Amino acid sequence: MSDAALIYVRHQDKEENYLQHGHTLWSWLSTTDHKRIAILYALSITFFFFIGGMAAGIVRIELMFPHGEMLSDDAYNRLFTLHGIVMVWFFLVPSIPTTLGNFLLPMMIGAKDVAFPRINLLSWYIFIVGACFAIFSIVAGGVDTGWTFYTPLSTMFSNGAVISAAAGVFIVGFSSIASGVNFITTVHMLRAPGMTWFRLPLFVWAMYATSLVMVLATPVLAMSLLLVMAERWLGMPIFNPANGGDPILFQHLFWFYSHPAVYIMVLPAMGVVSEVFACFARRRVFGYAMMVYAMMAIAVIGFFVWGHHMFVAGQSQYANFVFSFLSFMVAVPSAIKVFNWTATLYRGQITFEAPLIYALGFLGLFTVGGLTGLFLASVPIDVHVTDTYFVVAHFHYIMVGGSVSAFFAGLHFWWPKITGRLYSEAWARFAAIVMFLGFNTTFMPQFIMGYGGMPRRYHVYPPEFQIWHVMSSVGALVLFVAYTLPLIYLTWSLFYGKKAGANPWNATGLEWQTASPPPKDNFATLPRVKAPPYRYHPEREAPDPDKRAPETMQGDVS
Amino acid sequence: MTGAYPLQASAYAGDWDRLFAVLMVVSALVVALVFIAIVGFSIRYRRGSRAPRSVLPEVITNELELGWTAATAIAFLFLFWWAAVQQLHNVIPPQGAIELHVVAKQWMWKVQQPNGVREINELHAPVGRPVRLIMTSQDVIHSLFLPALRLKQDVLPGRYTYLWFTADKPGVYHLLCTELCGTEHSRMTGRLVLMTVADYARWSAAQPGAENLAAEGEKLFRAFGCSGCHAPQSSVHAPDLNGVFGRTVQLAGDRTVTADEAYLRDSILLPQKDVVAGFEPIMPSFKGTVSDDDMVKLIAYLKSLSAGTRP
Amino acid sequence: MSEVSRVLHEPWPSIERQKLAVTFGMWVFIASEVLFFGGLFLAYTVYRHLDADAFKVAARETEVIYGATNTAVLLTSSLTMAMAVKASEQGLRRMTLWCLTVTAALGLAFLVIKGFEYHADLEKGLWPGPNFPLHPAATQLFWAFYWIATGIHAVHLTVGIGIVAVVIIELKRRTLPVEATRFEAVALYWHLVDTIWIFLLPMLYLIGRA
Repeated sequence: MSDAALIYVRHQDKEENYLQHGHTLWSWLSTTDHKRIAILYALSITFFFFIGGMAAGIVRIELMFPHGEMLSDDAYNRLFTLHGIVMVWFFLVPSIPTTLGNFLLPMMIGAKDVAFPRINLLSWYIFIVGACFAIFSIVAGGVDTGWTFYTPLSTMFSNGAVISAAAGVFIVGFSSIASGVNFITTVHMLRAPGMTWFRLPLFVWAMYATSLVMVLATPVLAMSLLLVMAERWLGMPIFNPANGGDPILFQHLFWFYSHPAVYIMVLPAMGVVSEVFACFARRRVFGYAMMVYAMMAIAVIGFFVWGHHMFVAGQSQYANFVFSFLSFMVAVPSAIKVFNWTATLYRGQITFEAPLIYALGFLGLFTVGGLTGLFLASVPIDVHVTDTYFVVAHFHYIMVGGSVSAFFAGLHFWWPKITGRLYSEAWARFAAIVMFLGFNTTFMPQFIMGYGGMPRRYHVYPPEFQIWHVMSSVGALVLFVAYTLPLIYLTWSLFYGKKAGANPWNATGLEWQTASPPPKDNFATLPRVKAPPYRYHPEREAPDPDKRAPETMQGDVS
Repeated sequence: MTGAYPLQASAYAGDWDRLFAVLMVVSALVVALVFIAIVGFSIRYRRGSRAPRSVLPEVITNELELGWTAATAIAFLFLFWWAAVQQLHNVIPPQGAIELHVVAKQWMWKVQQPNGVREINELHAPVGRPVRLIMTSQDVIHSLFLPALRLKQDVLPGRYTYLWFTADKPGVYHLLCTELCGTEHSRMTGRLVLMTVADYARWSAAQPGAENLAAEGEKLFRAFGCSGCHAPQSSVHAPDLNGVFGRTVQLAGDRTVTADEAYLRDSILLPQKDVVAGFEPIMPSFKGTVSDDDMVKLIAYLKSLSAGTRP
Repeated sequence: MSEVSRVLHEPWPSIERQKLAVTFGMWVFIASEVLFFGGLFLAYTVYRHLDADAFKVAARETEVIYGATNTAVLLTSSLTMAMAVKASEQGLRRMTLWCLTVTAALGLAFLVIKGFEYHADLEKGLWPGPNFPLHPAATQLFWAFYWIATGIHAVHLTVGIGIVAVVIIELKRRTLPVEATRFEAVALYWHLVDTIWIFLLPMLYLIGRA
């Protein structure tokens, strides 16, 4: 059944895959193949993940002692700023969209490539230029303003490399926007015949929603950083109170982007886990239409809640009410998604491969992170816990417990497709469990600390918090192990892993109906789409454990 | 310094802890529900298990989904309402609050008591009486955090922000800066010292530098030449400042404004900003001449003109 | 037929689809530019609301003759750009080249006139800083916006001129056929730059001059 469903035909052995199509470095650096560009991005973001991770590691070691032992105050401030800037803009924002999104989006809709392949390559080069500015900032001593660049500290008082750091972020923003334009156009214009909007896999919808947010929110960040650079470099007094400037205006402009940015970081993760749950529970995703509406609602409502970062900043209580209300509302679609993923498991035929373990980890950790968001949406609660470790724990639960877990889920799920190799299932399951345990050990104590009044961005701290800091740092060590293991066993699989067939998971998407690794043009002949996604079992029956292949693949061979 | 946390030093902190506890219980229930469902389904519906797997009835795919969407929306609306009510209680300070002025700068807190006593990195206040903090920064954005009171407020340059509380438990508590403000941000900490009314009165009278802020303000009012234009017998046409504080002022261009501390401060530093209707914009700016400390005294003096008492 | 093969790019199945997509993609990009300048305009509006009188005082010092002339230049260039698109749709290669060249020339003229205007502004000392000639201090806010807004606009215009120049060269060398799908997208970008200027004109030149 699976062979007949392969669209990629006959000359399997003679057909080159995309990895074999050109062996020189130049063939990689000048490629317009979305799959190769995805790999270029993957290497770049992995590099930055470890830079940002090392910064966090040093911070966590230092925080084991209340009085600071190794670092000066300035060095500490620069390290956590480095961690934030690198992790947000050079790892998380690009992660799933530029790697898995780039690789899979055209294949999932039955296209040969994205709409603008050369702009796709350009977006990677823009990322690299921005990365150079960021590295320059690090080498020049770093920035100490926090990843949030608040004025007037950043514009008038900091003596760090603010301009080059802001320039680096400004530039990578355009990489984001270019990718967003590309993906939106691709989904609108390159769907294969029969691929209607409501037959799109949820991962594609997630990429689409994410791209909308990228295109509309990132420019505002660009402008706010431009104004900071203009003030600091050219003396333009935009946020200087002595000239009538308002530092709070910076916060409004900054958070207008930075709140939607967290949805840029979580929507792709939601897309990945939808694919993984369906495949490993052997069921269609529960409530597909609601899942689509929920993602679009999150993308839209997410633009109107930024003020919840500013409840104590000095904005009016009326504004606080409005933003609090909308923040409670944006939590509703997220809750729906959690229920639907859970319901997808119901009456399934579940197997526990590594992608599913990571996805289950996502589900639990995202739920905890999301619920603590409700705490923060309540103004009086937020007044006490904002700028404490409670907030730090909240966003790490979502971004690391959520998005990074989902990234690993997707990495493992599509690893056979991308590389043509199978990874070691035993090591992968082990790493997934270690990650879950290490993560909770690191960040649960931070909720407790924050509630107790431990401020964030503190180098030295009142000694009563030390026990929680030590617990958190031990967890961080475990996390380090959990992140290093995949680096090792995935690299090992590239050389020694078993060869994967076209569809080792017996999944239903179009990407599984071509070879692993895929040929350069993705499909030998472009598919016609005949079915909605996730048809793992017949319409009015439950999944059959003895039947490995899905009931209906999405693409038509004939 | 008292060690364990989080201490509760006010009735409001008690209310806060109750709201937090409710949210914790709700969250724990949801987490438990989701966790039990996930673990339960994972075990029961693992591949090859003998659990029955008939087709999903329509009522689950349609009505149940609609039902839990509506239930979630209503639950979240309720939580918003509960939190909003608590927020409302804390918005308007009661009358008769003692006013302390707080000036933040890199990397210390300067506090001025109503009788002029100054403190660095310490804030003494009585329990049982409302206390209002009028705060500004001399440089970057700072934030005053009093965890035992569950309160926090950013402190901004060029503006006043306010915080009020009524504490009820004497003791020594943390006072922390919670907005990254540069190198020594984590060392910009101090003590909140809450005392009984009697102790507080004794303490503030015994401090060196106790003075009458309003009297000092009157001296400055003359020294800076304000009385030259604003005194009733002046030949210059300038607004009469008797009873100005709290009054609604008619401005040029059909706007009105309430004369609070911010308005008085702006009138002195940025006199062109809100010109009073019927007056020429001839008042010079005193920016650079009047320091933040002087400003505190001048405002105290102007406020005293409202109360009808002249020192 | 060979023209078609040079026009059609991967991964497009047909020229019509490609043209639709290129234009669509440009519209999506324009949406991002609207948000970009929108942030700037929002900041300007907030400050103008807070300090209306200072803004009036400051705006009176702008060189309105240069501004008006530049407006005429840029609007005309949009006309010639629209003509270029129409010509390309008719397959009129030389007409297209001619219209594109005039468009680029008008764009360059704008930049030159702007250069003279900047010189005049600097002669009056209107760069924010310690010796700023105007009072009150909020006039410096206006002038900060002036330099930033016109500067970014000039950068966008320069990029536009560059793109048009590249198209002219490729068209002239016949490496780009007149049936290419990019003309409408290039024109849309040019019109965006023009539209931004139409917002800048009243914001920077016309307040306080009614």
